[in-house]
Amino acid sequence: MTGGLARTARRVGRFGLLAGFVGFLAFPFYWMLITTFKTTQDLHNTEYNPYLFHDPPTLEHLRTLFEDTIFLQWLWNTAFVGVLVVIITIVLAVPAGYSLARTTGRWGQTLGVGIFLTYLVPPTILFIPLARVIAWLGLQDSLWSLVLVYPSISVPFCTWLLMGFFKAVPRDLEEAAMLDGLSRLAAFVRVVVPVSIAGILTCVIFTFTLVFQEFVYGVTFITASTNYTVSVGVPTFLVRGDVYFWGSMMAACLIASLPIAVIYNLFVDRFVAGFTAGAVK
Amino acid sequence: MAIVEARNISKKFAEVTAVEQINLTAEEGEFLVLLGPSGCGKTTLMRMIAGLEQPSAGRIVIGGRDVTDLPPRTRNIAMVFQSYALYPHMTVAGNIAFPLRARGTSKVETAERVTWAARMFDIERLLDRKPRQLSGGERQRVALARAVVRKPEVFLLDEPLSNLDAKLRHSARDELKQFQRNLGTTTLYVTHDQVEAMGLGDRIAVLNQGLVHQIGTPQQVYDRPADIFVATFIGSPPMNLVELDDVVLGFRPESFLPEEVHPAQDGRSRLPFRITRSEYLGADRLVYGVLEPPYPPTHVISKLPTNIRVEVNSGERHDFAVRLADLNRFDRASGRRLAEDGEAASATSDLT
Amino acid sequence: MIGLKDDETRLLPLMLAPAVSYIALLIGFPFVLSIAYSMTNISVGTTELKFVGLDNFISVVGSQTFWVALKNTCIITLVSQVFVVGLGNVLAGLLMADFTGKWWVRLLILLPWVAPISLGSIGWLWIFDSIYSVINWTARAIGLLGPFDWPIWLGQPDLAMASIIIVNVWRLLPLATVIILAGLSSIPQDIHDAAHVDGAGFWRHHFEITMPLVLPITLIAVLFGIVFTFTDMIVVFVLTRGGPYDTTQVLASWAFFTGIQGGDLAEGAAISLFLFPVLVAVAILFLGVARRTEVT
Repeated sequence: MTGGLARTARRVGRFGLLAGFVGFLAFPFYWMLITTFKTTQDLHNTEYNPYLFHDPPTLEHLRTLFEDTIFLQWLWNTAFVGVLVVIITIVLAVPAGYSLARTTGRWGQTLGVGIFLTYLVPPTILFIPLARVIAWLGLQDSLWSLVLVYPSISVPFCTWLLMGFFKAVPRDLEEAAMLDGLSRLAAFVRVVVPVSIAGILTCVIFTFTLVFQEFVYGVTFITASTNYTVSVGVPTFLVRGDVYFWGSMMAACLIASLPIAVIYNLFVDRFVAGFTAGAVK
Repeated sequence: MAIVEARNISKKFAEVTAVEQINLTAEEGEFLVLLGPSGCGKTTLMRMIAGLEQPSAGRIVIGGRDVTDLPPRTRNIAMVFQSYALYPHMTVAGNIAFPLRARGTSKVETAERVTWAARMFDIERLLDRKPRQLSGGERQRVALARAVVRKPEVFLLDEPLSNLDAKLRHSARDELKQFQRNLGTTTLYVTHDQVEAMGLGDRIAVLNQGLVHQIGTPQQVYDRPADIFVATFIGSPPMNLVELDDVVLGFRPESFLPEEVHPAQDGRSRLPFRITRSEYLGADRLVYGVLEPPYPPTHVISKLPTNIRVEVNSGERHDFAVRLADLNRFDRASGRRLAEDGEAASATSDLT
Repeated sequence: MIGLKDDETRLLPLMLAPAVSYIALLIGFPFVLSIAYSMTNISVGTTELKFVGLDNFISVVGSQTFWVALKNTCIITLVSQVFVVGLGNVLAGLLMADFTGKWWVRLLILLPWVAPISLGSIGWLWIFDSIYSVINWTARAIGLLGPFDWPIWLGQPDLAMASIIIVNVWRLLPLATVIILAGLSSIPQDIHDAAHVDGAGFWRHHFEITMPLVLPITLIAVLFGIVFTFTDMIVVFVLTRGGPYDTTQVLASWAFFTGIQGGDLAEGAAISLFLFPVLVAVAILFLGVARRTEVT
């Protein structure tokens, strides 16, 4: 049957296209994986087919990464900054999002959009003056500079995201709680926050991911390699000089990327809702 | 104008069978209503006729042409959706013109036909608006105009009135019937609302759990339900059922009246009735109670027109009766209707 | 006893105040400072600030690198966004279908967006390596490159620009795809069904129904894409450091090399302020879209 044939052809075509996209988007990570386990000699011989293992796979690059570099220190630094930035972000954004969600009239909406727009102001406009501010505060080369500055990226987006979440919580719920004898603040803390836990978790993930990704402020404020975060340390420290430790570098990229990618994937629909709030009905 | 046939149609979704071996024919120019509770397969059946779903087995034939493997656009049908599915980015005129443009109709003819359809539904002044600027009733008219404009062989209407408020629904129903009469186009109409079904349909197909339980005129379906499901699904309050050994006796609340109200010459069956409660509804009274021996103690309802001034008080016992002609008998095991006439009459007279 | 009204008028602004103050201090204030610096002679070593008016801007505009960087920034942004939107629409369309393993496919597709850009770019640095480039090896193996062709991806100006664009497309395609996907799935199935019954074929359905309906949300994807590409310095920083000979410099990376590595804070601030007009334009567009969709 021609109908069946055309349908099969279409399905094969779709599959091929999709495979092409996945190939393009995932290839660098696949390449990181291969490189991680190849011996240096194998990597540096152009006669060999680079897709295959000429020498048997090796764990040498991973050993180098963990034993001969301060990669673990960078991971620890990133986690340290990440946790503190998450706390600051939540403390600031949760009440702000609620306040905007419950501010009646045009004011709430306008303020909300205004705060969201500050998310679009990029580090590359602010890093020079902020470098001076950090110097005044005596925080240069300290992880605390990042703890101070990173929330300026996460707070606007999270406030916006949470505003959407809190708007979805019916007012009846907190009004009922207030009739039951709670103050408005207590109603917020004990009723609204618990039912919005999914939104707060989304912000936690978003903020943590952001700390992993951020590069511009890190490379501007921090000069001592022991204080680098992962995203700054790997490309600046491991590339220094003429010797590129490709195997270890690719291993570092993979280790820092994959876990957050998996977690992010679980929340991606909520992030998208934040990016597109207002445009989708 | 065409005959629509579903021959042995089945549809399975993964594990669930939505439609099972349905055979159905809508005659030329007929208004056929598919009636059933939600999830009975009526919408799936209509979507298969439209070509939006592929049947797992069976054939769809429209106007003598087997269209089972053809895409919707070659079937020359029109469909009105429950949500109306107006294209939100197009004006009313753009919406109505879309099916014509898709067919490559010339600009001049498209303009003429759009005006014709808009005039038919009295929406000419809305042509430049976007769907979001219209009220529910106006949207429904636009959806109908968009369906009519292509002069299809078949109309498929999927609960087109359910998004209208109660008041509007009444007049919309009337208009719908009018324009279908005028055009004479074969129409399939899906609804779960029995009042709509009774009012609109030339015939009604009653569906439940993927099966057709009965196809017949509104009167046949109401007065002579094919089985217990149809008997209880249609009518409000539903038909009273009394279980007697392997037979189930069924009678409508409005046929169940005090004995003295029945004309003397009518053959009837007397049913002693203890009244528990009555409700006054304006035109009618609903009288609730329990049958007394020799019948099993069954809860039944009588619907008394208010102009029958018989006293019925709570706690009292009163002899009620049903005309023999209004009695339905069903097989208790299968639920199917039992054979009529002589046999039926003699069986019931024993009980009197 | 405080009435509900009083309670509300006091509490809500109080809850908003910390976040707004924070944003004002760490975004508003540095921004003003940036403008102030751009009109002084400040550098890492200065002790005495001197007001120099528009001198920094004049010197920036007079520099040849500025025009190269401006041109590069625009080319990279525009070309990559054309590809991102085009490919994003196709990929989102493909992802609308249900198939087994979709969760994994989406994870793989999202990787470039989620992984730190600096690390993703390092991966590409290795792929584009002058000696060990897997692209060249593959191209030669399948006969696209002759025995004496061996393009140095990051060493030739045109190829280096192409490389930067490829990495930007790679990085932003996932975001655009999921945003467009959200738009596609917000179109009710009834609309598609109606188009089928109304007789629309594949192309008419696509161009007259689907595309116009996802247009507003596609615009959102484009706005984010423009902001993220136009202001980005990481891809250039990692791949080429602006080289060879500043031919791939973009405004953001040039501002970094001038202001932070070169220590000329004033001129660096002046350069990065050239990013601002584009952001304003994008913000206005964004507000326009937000307002227009609110009406619907």
